[in-house]
Amino acid sequence: MNDLPLWSGFQRADGRKGIRNLVLVVYTVECASHVAHAIAQGETDTHVIGFPGCYDNQYAIRLILSLARHPNVGAVLAVGLGCEYTQAEKIAGMTGKSGRPAAWFTIQENGGTRSSIEKGKRIVGDLRRRIERETPRVPMGLADLTVGCECGGSDGTSGLVGNPVVGAFFDRLVDAGGTAIFEEIVEMIGLKEIILDRAATPEAREQLESAYEKAVRYCRQVRQYSVSPGNFAGGLTTIEEKSMGAFAKSGSRPIQGVIKVGQRPPFPGLWIMDSVPDDHFMMFGYTNPNDTEGLMDLISGGSQLVLFVTGRGSVIGSPVSPLIKVTGNSRTFQRMAEDMDFDAGRVLAGELSLEAAADELGKLIAVTASGRPSKPEALGHREYFVMYKHQDTPTIEQGCRL
Amino acid sequence: MTAICFRIHPQDNVATLLSDAPPGDVPVWGGGEATTVRLTEAVELGHKVALADIPAGKTIVKFGVPIGTACRDIARGAWVHLHNCRSNFDTRSSTLDPHSGAATDMKYE
Repeated sequence: MNDLPLWSGFQRADGRKGIRNLVLVVYTVECASHVAHAIAQGETDTHVIGFPGCYDNQYAIRLILSLARHPNVGAVLAVGLGCEYTQAEKIAGMTGKSGRPAAWFTIQENGGTRSSIEKGKRIVGDLRRRIERETPRVPMGLADLTVGCECGGSDGTSGLVGNPVVGAFFDRLVDAGGTAIFEEIVEMIGLKEIILDRAATPEAREQLESAYEKAVRYCRQVRQYSVSPGNFAGGLTTIEEKSMGAFAKSGSRPIQGVIKVGQRPPFPGLWIMDSVPDDHFMMFGYTNPNDTEGLMDLISGGSQLVLFVTGRGSVIGSPVSPLIKVTGNSRTFQRMAEDMDFDAGRVLAGELSLEAAADELGKLIAVTASGRPSKPEALGHREYFVMYKHQDTPTIEQGCRL
Repeated sequence: MTAICFRIHPQDNVATLLSDAPPGDVPVWGGGEATTVRLTEAVELGHKVALADIPAGKTIVKFGVPIGTACRDIARGAWVHLHNCRSNFDTRSSTLDPHSGAATDMKYE
């Protein structure tokens, strides 16, 4: 993998390097979401995120700030309605402290839908010109990259080749000094000893055991495991079977530890993200209500690029970081060719080896990092979803905040 | 193309179909000895066939790890899925429709 060409990235004032130079429009309540989307409509490289609730939530604020200060983001406009708890001014303020140009306003003070959209578009245009003028370009390689992976719409091929090809790429990424994040501890149920044996240190083993036990407890409490009708129709019979296939995406390198949503890995290597709620006086539903939430979790951990492994097929994308779709099912690849980036099913057909497939995937990732849009990105997919949740706040030392 | 099935680990008592297969003989590739299994029913891509007689209460093994428990006697060559294999954790999955995976426990009225 060392022969991969370096590409040119975007140097942020906080020292991080991005593969895109985005303006992010952030709404602070559902009431402001129409205006936020209308502002971004038609603007170059302008994405939208936010939080729908009127009552604020520490987990969601942490997540939004981790996206606003993401390496792929150059500038931020926060738009509030004006009477919600989450404060647009503070989101812009904290983003500004990271060295990114940031602005904010509330719709109520500005005078309604049309005038807010016009004002927002003027601000986005100014921010765009400023980051294009001021952002230094910088050479990047695998060592500068954090890649996240989750799977969705899994079938019997996902564990056979889809996830193992990503696992083989993750081994290469980690060996090159880069960072790999995988999640879905709720999809490791049944594999306790196998996971613990992968811990890099006794501390990591302790973190993994505690995260595993919490996931089992949580699924039992909410009476729902992370497995869907499509998984069953695709031949997966139990969560344990799905887990073993999902875990294959981790490759074979030691797991350095557990990070939470909105937390960056403190150093490179292979990391697992815990998105399961912690104990709290309010119970906030499911760990990952859908695939999109899982992707936002991985992006909140600093992934500049995310991989999505599917068997049945999927047509989602993501804001902030480009998504590359990998399938182990060649039939799905052919049926949904306009959405699928990589056909790992060729390994099952004997057309290429797992290792060759991982090399090919690495090249696709480098090309995407250099600016060529992935298929979901080119199709305009920017699905975004964040719900109320509670997670205990990781300490500053653990790298949660800047 | 002739259907084949793939045994991931030599200790597995199930193999995964790499394409849709009608009843009949199918070669078993992958871990362990190369052999053939006679499907007693049609099995679809990604689904599993029993490579041995598995009595009720015994463990279903795939990837070399337990993925569930037989909830009725399963004969060699049979389709292994929700109707004859249950999770050791998840109780809801045993109530789903074995063909579509659709939930049967939610009221639409």
